[in-house]
Amino acid sequence: MNQSDFIKAVLPFKDKVFRLAKRLLVSREEAEDATQELYFKLWRNKEKLTEYKNVEAFAMTMTKNYCFDRLKSKQANNLSLVHSNYKEKDTSLDKKIEYKDSVNQVHKLIENLPEQQRVIMQLRDIEQYSFDEICKVLDMKPTAVRVALSRARKTIREALIKKHNYGVS
Amino acid sequence: MELANIEKLLEKYLEATTSLQEEKVLRDYFTSDNIAPHLEEYGMLFGYFKQNQSETCTKTIKLKPEKTRKKNLKWISIAASVTLLISMYFGKQAYDAKEETRKKQLEYFAQVKDALQKVSNNLNKGNDALYAVSNNLNKGTEAVAKLDTYDKTVKTVLNKVNY
Repeated sequence: MNQSDFIKAVLPFKDKVFRLAKRLLVSREEAEDATQELYFKLWRNKEKLTEYKNVEAFAMTMTKNYCFDRLKSKQANNLSLVHSNYKEKDTSLDKKIEYKDSVNQVHKLIENLPEQQRVIMQLRDIEQYSFDEICKVLDMKPTAVRVALSRARKTIREALIKKHNYGVS
Repeated sequence: MELANIEKLLEKYLEATTSLQEEKVLRDYFTSDNIAPHLEEYGMLFGYFKQNQSETCTKTIKLKPEKTRKKNLKWISIAASVTLLISMYFGKQAYDAKEETRKKQLEYFAQVKDALQKVSNNLNKGNDALYAVSNNLNKGTEAVAKLDTYDKTVKTVLNKVNY
């Protein structure tokens, strides 16, 4: 596998790797470093890549494992949690503030989920992976994935309703 | 899309039994502008999902790690310490060898000095002997001179006797 083959095979899911890393590591810089590190790893193992049917699932598994390791290591504990690089949208100021606020709310709620649920939610609701793919990435049974995802969605929804109602009353 | 259908799908969504197509229906509905007021919280959720899909990694990915430099540094330091040890070992050897030759040279020098001392002693003895010889020789010449004068007087006496 030469460099251009490798790039063709591996670069299309660069952003997915990055987003998963960011979901777990929270800070943008950490996530970018993780993405870089993952691509080094893939490049080092480029000969083995052809053996995998689904390179993307393999890469996502590697990303997940790498991020979990990072979270476990002390280095990651010292990270600052300052990060909000949301893109601006063309809406009126009021709406913009409201929108940004709600986005932040959802972000924080997801951040408080257990790591496993966060990964599943990221893969399903943002990257729109099929259950089969998620099972492959996480090496889990489909029922376990569904249960975790259902729990995550319900937790987020209930928290949002609570917040919403507080705002009203 | 009628509301009843959306609500049914949402129930399935919370149980995580929706298919990807069904979830797309939900996404489309909740990212549009007319969301039923009692379902507003889903608008926030799906809005967030949609926004996060477009987040990209801006860093350019390098394939050749910079880490090698760090690794090299490690290896270089190891190599440096090894060469230092080797050079210390050989340097010590060379130093010892030099010291030994110096010692030997000193020994030789002492020996030669001794020998020369002896030679010089013998030479002095020879000198003394020569002095003695020369003294005797002087005595001899003096004696010869005396003989000469004696011879002269004898001759004059003989001349006087002949006249």
